[in-house]
Amino acid sequence: MLNSYAVVGVYLLIALAFPFVVLYIVSFLRPSKPNPLKNSTYECGMETIGDTWVQFRAQYYLFALVFVIFDVEVVFLYPWAVAYNKLGLFALVEMAIFIGLLALALVYAWKKGILEWQ
Amino acid sequence: MLDPLILGEWWKSFLEGLGLSSGWIILINAVVVTVILLGFGLTSVLFLIWLERKLAARVQDRLGPNRLGPYGLIQTVADALKLMTKEDITPDNAERITYNLAPGLSVFAVLMLLLVIPFGPGLIGVDLNIGVLFIVAMGSIGIMAALMAGWSSNNKYALLGAFRAVAQLLSYEIPMVLAMAAPVILAGTMRMNGLAEAQGGGRWFGLVMPAMFIIYILAALAENERTPFDFLEADSEIVAGYHIEYSGLKFAWFFLGFFLNTLLLASIATTLFLGGWQGPFVKQVPILGPIYYFIKTTVIIAFFMWERATFPRLRIDQMMAFAWKVLVPMGLVLVLAAAAVAKLPVGTALQSVILFVVNVVVLLVALGAIGRHLRKEAERYKVEVRPMPTMS
Amino acid sequence: MVLQGVFIIVSLFTLLSALMVVTHRNLFISALFLVSTFFGVAALYVLLEAEFLAVAQVLVYIGAIATLIIFAIMLSRGMMQGRTSPYNAQAMWAGIGSVVLGLLLLYVVAFQVDWPVTDAKVPADTISNLGAALVGHYVIPFEVASVLLLAALIGAVMIAREKEY
Repeated sequence: MLNSYAVVGVYLLIALAFPFVVLYIVSFLRPSKPNPLKNSTYECGMETIGDTWVQFRAQYYLFALVFVIFDVEVVFLYPWAVAYNKLGLFALVEMAIFIGLLALALVYAWKKGILEWQ
Repeated sequence: MLDPLILGEWWKSFLEGLGLSSGWIILINAVVVTVILLGFGLTSVLFLIWLERKLAARVQDRLGPNRLGPYGLIQTVADALKLMTKEDITPDNAERITYNLAPGLSVFAVLMLLLVIPFGPGLIGVDLNIGVLFIVAMGSIGIMAALMAGWSSNNKYALLGAFRAVAQLLSYEIPMVLAMAAPVILAGTMRMNGLAEAQGGGRWFGLVMPAMFIIYILAALAENERTPFDFLEADSEIVAGYHIEYSGLKFAWFFLGFFLNTLLLASIATTLFLGGWQGPFVKQVPILGPIYYFIKTTVIIAFFMWERATFPRLRIDQMMAFAWKVLVPMGLVLVLAAAAVAKLPVGTALQSVILFVVNVVVLLVALGAIGRHLRKEAERYKVEVRPMPTMS
Repeated sequence: MVLQGVFIIVSLFTLLSALMVVTHRNLFISALFLVSTFFGVAALYVLLEAEFLAVAQVLVYIGAIATLIIFAIMLSRGMMQGRTSPYNAQAMWAGIGSVVLGLLLLYVVAFQVDWPVTDAKVPADTISNLGAALVGHYVIPFEVASVLLLAALIGAVMIAREKEY
């Protein structure tokens, strides 16, 4: 089994290096004449107003939070799914309880307005 | 006939005949597989970009690229060359290292997916035991690349675009993963080749579970940031989202990653829901496997492209609401339904029919709920529109 | 022998990333090094033939938790401008103390502990066994885990959302 991961490892290293190597090679083909106007930050054609910092709304964080909960649930879901055909009825009942509790979590988040995007 | 497995056996005996140890053989095989997959991936992307432009053009009643090469096929190569020779403008105060890393990482995350797609019976890069989860895991690396791109550009709009993109990608990852869990339940394995094999005899999971297939297609559209979920590219929104400040080849890598993602998400849909390389006579004539795979994947890609040319885009709040309030509950119900039906004491064929009926019922219920919600929204807007007071 | 070499490289990569997490001045870059540390840990799991754990590590830690950490970093105001040094006045004494403690622990772990070694091979069908164990032998922790997730969500929602009363 480790042999498959050896292939994954080799592929990973080559695929990771490939874009950067190409970028480096191509950099010799390019002109490079930086001037302050070209380098300035893009703001729809105007001069930038204010610092580069945006009001990060808590909304994004809440979505990431709900995502963490469901991501962990999904990680539990997959081994059960693979072993499912060999198990008895109790596997279904137990997973139904598991998913039911997490559906409860979703309903709670829904009712509390976490899933609204302002 | 042209059995890929026999070719593989011949290659292995050839290498062993050269007297190399097994470690070197693995290394050589790995490099050969890498080169083949990367070559396939990149050339398909060139073809796909051409296809997108031609298809969108025909839908809009115009011709599309037709000057360079027959039917404009060389157009993409010309565009790639142009992008390569453009000047690389790095904005002031951008974080150099992460700014340069982001496009490469974005492409890397998508390239990794090529490893686990079964192109034919036995024709797969690596048949990992955790094939399906590997796909999802590589998606999370793409999320990191988007965040890096947005943050290091030193640009308000790039940052904002990156947050929204990540919120979208996260929200649609759950329905996608739930949709991929159902075929795993029916097939009993996470290996991609195993999933394709389990759909022999016409028992395509997409036909047995159409609602799950639809959920996957919608989630894939969103993961790929295509219409109707592509507000990041909307010129009236945040211009170009998190890749505003990228020019030249770096932008080309993002662009390439986009189309490679399209190819791969369509391939995954084919493998999980449309039987992958399965088709009539594939056992006797193995070379038909890749042909079936190619046809099915092209159909799905054409569907994605037609969708882009036809539909308007959703607002971000509609999109998030759709993911969490419609797709996730539907996904959970359907996974439990698939599991419950699989435990019924009837034969497999009858189980498939029952599962199909359950899927259709859930789909109708969901559509009904959406319809009712939309009608309520329409009522609300109608009430709030008051006639302008006239001057008297 | 190749395995040893790969293990050393991966461990060095993980340890270096972990070191950069705590010493880098910029919080966002620290978070990115945290991501590479998680990746190194996933590679270590693969070397131990625990492939499901490796992919779960990437999926949950990098996909969800690292994103959450980065979002939390962005929520704090001074992130973009603040480039403070992570060292304070007692840095040198703390450094000496931790190196001594580290060497002591290494000595104990390497020479004093009787690590039980088994010759058992990893079973070929780990994921299926894991699934069967989750609903068989370990069903109570499995269900408690879902209650824990529910509690985590409720708690986080209560803390994170604005008071609208």
